[in-house]
Amino acid sequence: MTDMTDLSYVRTTEAEAKPAPVSTTGFIGWMRRNLFSSIPNTILTLIGIWLAYSIFAPLINFAFVHAVWTGDNRDACLAQNVGREVGACWPYVEAYFPQFIYGRYPVEERYRVDIVYLLFALLIVPMLIPSVPAKRLNGLLLLVAFPIVAFFLLVGGVFGLPVVETSQWGGLLVTLVIAVTGITASLPIGILLALGRRSDMPIVRLLSIIFIEFWRGVPLITVLFMASVMLPLFLPEGVTFDKLMRVLIGVTLFSSAYMAEVVRGGLQAIPKGQYEGAQALGLRFWQMMRLIILPQALKLVIPGIVGTFIGLFKDTTLVLIVGMFDLLGQVQSSFTDPTWASPSQSHTGYLFAAAIFWVFCFGMSRYSLFMEKKLHTGHKR
Amino acid sequence: MTETTAATERAAGAPRKKMEVSSTDVAIEITKMNKWYGDFHVLKDIDLRVMRGERIVICGPSGSGKSTMIRCINRLEEHQQGSIVVDGIELTDDLKKIDEIRREVGMVFQHFNLFPHLTILENCTLAPIWVRKMPRKEAEDIAMHYLERVKIPEQAKKYPGQLSGGQQQRVAIARSLCMNPKIMLFDEPTSALDPEMIKEVLDVMVGLAEEGMTMLCVTHEMGFARQVANRVIFMDQGQIVEQNEPEPFFSNPQHERTKLFLSQILHH
Ligand SMILES: Nc1ncnc2c1ncn2[C@@H]1O[C@H](COP(=O)(O)OP(=O)(O)OP(=O)(O)O)[C@@H](O)[C@H]1O
Ligand SMILES: [Mg+2]
Repeated sequence: MTDMTDLSYVRTTEAEAKPAPVSTTGFIGWMRRNLFSSIPNTILTLIGIWLAYSIFAPLINFAFVHAVWTGDNRDACLAQNVGREVGACWPYVEAYFPQFIYGRYPVEERYRVDIVYLLFALLIVPMLIPSVPAKRLNGLLLLVAFPIVAFFLLVGGVFGLPVVETSQWGGLLVTLVIAVTGITASLPIGILLALGRRSDMPIVRLLSIIFIEFWRGVPLITVLFMASVMLPLFLPEGVTFDKLMRVLIGVTLFSSAYMAEVVRGGLQAIPKGQYEGAQALGLRFWQMMRLIILPQALKLVIPGIVGTFIGLFKDTTLVLIVGMFDLLGQVQSSFTDPTWASPSQSHTGYLFAAAIFWVFCFGMSRYSLFMEKKLHTGHKR
Repeated sequence: MTETTAATERAAGAPRKKMEVSSTDVAIEITKMNKWYGDFHVLKDIDLRVMRGERIVICGPSGSGKSTMIRCINRLEEHQQGSIVVDGIELTDDLKKIDEIRREVGMVFQHFNLFPHLTILENCTLAPIWVRKMPRKEAEDIAMHYLERVKIPEQAKKYPGQLSGGQQQRVAIARSLCMNPKIMLFDEPTSALDPEMIKEVLDVMVGLAEEGMTMLCVTHEMGFARQVANRVIFMDQGQIVEQNEPEPFFSNPQHERTKLFLSQILHH
């Protein structure tokens, strides 16, 4: 080493890179750094383990360890018959599974619902995977062709398909119809409302504000009641309007108001320079919005948008109060069946419904995280 | 013209093509233009005629209205009185005319205003594709040509956030050039840059000037003004206070405020 007491110093040899100390790398190192780095951290880690254990152990016991897997009726799920503590009664879910999925949709027509489910899966999966090509065609099929096909398949009345009244629909079918329609329609409407609220035109701005604040000001339950009970009173004699349709419109408008505010938050975060850069290049208003502003604004608020989607998905359960049976409603209505009455019947039913909802909502949540990462081009320094 | 021929001409001591300014062909004509922000009178009776091929440098103290004036030329700001005629088209509320003018006028901003969600190449091809309706392939060829001119073709696939400030500003210039503009506006293109990056941007601008581009440039880079400007304009408090060719402007300013301003910026 050079004598550092001198004021001037010139390095003559390169310092070599040494391996990091073992205690900071690998699994042990990770645990040390993250879980046991200090006494408070260690205490929190232990509390966390204890909490996780005390929540998940009973759940796993109920759902798997103590569960009954086979049987034909309630007898299979009664403790005195099994001879031990009984957890979930899965044969009941198995027996009711078709009802949970299709509601009272006629058995011989259920293949139509299956086709719709299948078509939807075939179109949405490639749409969601960024590397699959032909996004434009895919989107067109999904947003234009699919709704039309799905409508005629589900409702019937054409090509010799018998009509199935929407009052016979139920279960996951109703949940998905409401959620998917609400989600796909509320995003574009929300974007238009957000742009309207920021418009230079006072009338457009005022109307947007009134619309947004009205729908945000009333509870969804009220909206659903109005749609199903009050609206028919205002409609002229003889004009009928399918109840599911009214609920769909109510849910869509309701969530588009929330969506509008989420999108507006994103728009506000876009610097003025982006507008000016686009204008100076000669882009028209809608080109600028579509190509420059909205992609950035929407990317910023993906968590908020997906949050609204998830909220909407779960809010579909409220249609029960206007006499429609979504997945949860269908599960609840099955509790009255004496064939399967047992102490764990309702727990099992709710657990099943919760699991289905959780899978959908968790899926949306994970997908939004994936998209956020994928679209991240900021590399801010 | 390619970069190499320009460079060799310069090296061979070819005369600078300063004399290409047209004497009959008017690029921009601003007459008695006034603008207010609310009650605040920002621009007062601006009269300015820019000939085709002319290079004008605009300087003046902060808040004097330099940015506002050049932003009026492509309607990023609206003027309230007087007239602005760009390339024979008068700026009115007519959106068609505004679009037409913006297609012919390029603008480079202090903070680059690149689109962070698009790659460098996409930044450059966006306007040609959507505004000029050019086929993608052709737009990409043109974009690569201009990226080569500003000496960063190898960055084409990167995003703006991955580039240095000087590189970003050169991309911004290339992006404007892809629209093949007749007039270029620069609003303090180097004042957000670190000193070592200023030169790379100024070099590109000098190259443009040598090719005879009509340029209006707000800058305090007086070396640049001396080198390429036909005319230097000094603005203060919303007015054009003095204008002259660079030599007399710097060596012999007439107005008191010009003298004060020059002494302030040249003495540090
Ligand atoms: N949007 C606006 N609303 C109100 N006043 C404004 C607005 N933009 C600019 N001004 C005012 O107009 C005046 C001129 O601004 P301008 O940006 O044109 O100045 P400038 O000469 O470019 O200054 P700088 O060198 O700091 O960029 C300033 O006093 C500024 O405060
Ligand atoms: Mg300025």
